[in-house]
Amino acid sequence: METLLDLRECTVQFGGLTAVSALSLQIGPNDLVGLIGPNGAGKTTVFNVITGIYTPTSGTITLAGNSIVGRKASAIAARGIARTFQNIRLFPSLSVYDNVRAAFTMRLRHGIAHALWRGKPFLKEEREIKEQVLEILAIFQLEKARKVSCKSLSYGDQRRLEIVRALATRPKLLLLDEPAAGMNPREKGDLMKLIQFVKQKFSIAVLLVEHDMKVVMGICQRIAVLDYGVKIAEGTPAEIQKNPKVIEAYLGEETVKA
Amino acid sequence: MSLSSPPADRQKGSAYPKLWLIAAIIASLLVSQFVHLNPYFSIVVINIGINIILAVSLNLVNGYTGQFSLGHAGFMAIGAYSAAAVTSFGGARWFDSLGGVNNATTTSLFIVALTIGGLAAALAGLIVGVPSLRLKGDYLAIATLGFGEIIRVIIQNTETMGGSRGFSVSGIYTTIFWTYTVAAITVYVVVNLVNSAYGRGFLTVRDDEIAAEAIGVNTTKYKVVAFVLASFFAGIAGGLYAHFIGYLTPEGFGFMKSIEIIVMVILGGMGNTVGVIFAAVLLTILPEVLRPVQEYRMVIYSLMLIILMLTRPQGLFGGITWRRPAWLRKKRTPVEDGNPA
Ligand SMILES: Nc1ncnc2c1ncn2[C@@H]1O[C@H](COP(=O)(O)OP(=O)(O)OP(=O)(O)O)[C@@H](O)[C@H]1O
Ligand SMILES: [Mg+2]
Repeated sequence: METLLDLRECTVQFGGLTAVSALSLQIGPNDLVGLIGPNGAGKTTVFNVITGIYTPTSGTITLAGNSIVGRKASAIAARGIARTFQNIRLFPSLSVYDNVRAAFTMRLRHGIAHALWRGKPFLKEEREIKEQVLEILAIFQLEKARKVSCKSLSYGDQRRLEIVRALATRPKLLLLDEPAAGMNPREKGDLMKLIQFVKQKFSIAVLLVEHDMKVVMGICQRIAVLDYGVKIAEGTPAEIQKNPKVIEAYLGEETVKA
Repeated sequence: MSLSSPPADRQKGSAYPKLWLIAAIIASLLVSQFVHLNPYFSIVVINIGINIILAVSLNLVNGYTGQFSLGHAGFMAIGAYSAAAVTSFGGARWFDSLGGVNNATTTSLFIVALTIGGLAAALAGLIVGVPSLRLKGDYLAIATLGFGEIIRVIIQNTETMGGSRGFSVSGIYTTIFWTYTVAAITVYVVVNLVNSAYGRGFLTVRDDEIAAEAIGVNTTKYKVVAFVLASFFAGIAGGLYAHFIGYLTPEGFGFMKSIEIIVMVILGGMGNTVGVIFAAVLLTILPEVLRPVQEYRMVIYSLMLIILMLTRPQGLFGGITWRRPAWLRKKRTPVEDGNPA
């Protein structure tokens, strides 16, 4: 299968610190790949470099064959990479509904003059957006809460809303940064189903950073392991669980036995 | 009541905001024609209108887009001097070539002057905005403050425009009608823009730039658009001011004027157009009301500001959501459905 996202020898340095070191990683159009590693291993930095928040010190990144290095984050989002954040980043002053609605801003067809004139093109597109937002909110059982401020949602719902907002940009690749953090076991179970559902329903690729091994091992087809910015292993969940380097650096004996 | 959420989005009622605009313009025409205010009152009324234009436009940048600009008076100055230059240096030729001074020629000259004032300020907004909007928070405030001061110094040293002596404007064309027509257009543009898909773009920039970029909002573009648009209206406000006050001095556009406009925006509640309009009215009238107590005027003015900010830190109208009266609310609107109640 052809690759959707292709990182080659990607290095990110902050001053003297090498956060990501010559990382190569390929993700296919409908893959569900896990990225794991101890705290400070560079997982979030990988997300930031893919989404254009940082520029790699060296190396290449291509999306469907086109280089995205040096492009603005918004341009990369427009090309089909969406993400969530480790520390949830919703728009605090907007309602649940408007948080999702905002994701339609980048593909508006009517011009700013139409927005001022409020004629047919404006009304028609706003109506279309409304329908799509309500539809996607309904899929994720958030339509009842659509009018409330996003701040008043539970932690788990905020994480879900962030995923919904990302999906509303109609991505080809979704990056999830520790989506299970702060969730209880039941919510984690739901989340696993949700991620698999999203991958099927929207036929997208997912790159998942997560510390909860149950979640990662349970749903990922392939897992890459980072340690001090270096990829020390890559393989199926079974291979990763047995890999002595991974056990030493991250999993520990306990987790593997459990 | 409907300014912060115009009943615009109802399919049948898509003409509503336009009707509001036309109604406001007709009202200002009627007042201009039939209500004879004494000169003192009409000065205050025109001042209020100019301050509404300045505050509502600045609110687009400082309130809705979350960029703290301290240079609004600088853009006003550019508009004032450009418009004054058009009427003062181009007026004679305009009247000669169009067959003398009459209603039509003065009106058209004034419209041209205001437009040029607005465009000059917008161009300055683009030139200043592109590099400085990369800066955040305090740094942007300082950069825009610096810009305002630079404009002042440039005018002081431009002899054709009177330098620091000041510049006498050739025609007093500004009326209540013109002032409130421009104010109505400003409010129309800001309210409709903010309550549109593009408006959501501005709000995302204010709330979280990184998240905004992550959903594809080009934050630089949005910031520059807000800045240029606000500068345009500040420029027109400057043009109105020039042809109302009749005499321009660089000191009139100093940093204190920018502060004055910012206070209106903050007091009105950042990102709340209705509140900002009220604040503009209140803060223009207040010093006039306090005139009898000359020596304590500024003390009382400042004290009232402090008390207001202590008691209503979100601004006069911040945190209040405006709802349409029940009889207007029957049908759900396609666009507003889902806003926090
Ligand atoms: N902007 C930055 N400037 C300097 N150093 C940074 C920056 N961002 C990340 N780092 C450093 O890079 C390293 C990798 O950080 P990163 O956040 O990518 O780790 P992580 O794998 O996501 O960890 P965690 O599991 O705790 O989220 C850390 O040492 C971190 O301190
Ligand atoms: Mg991280």
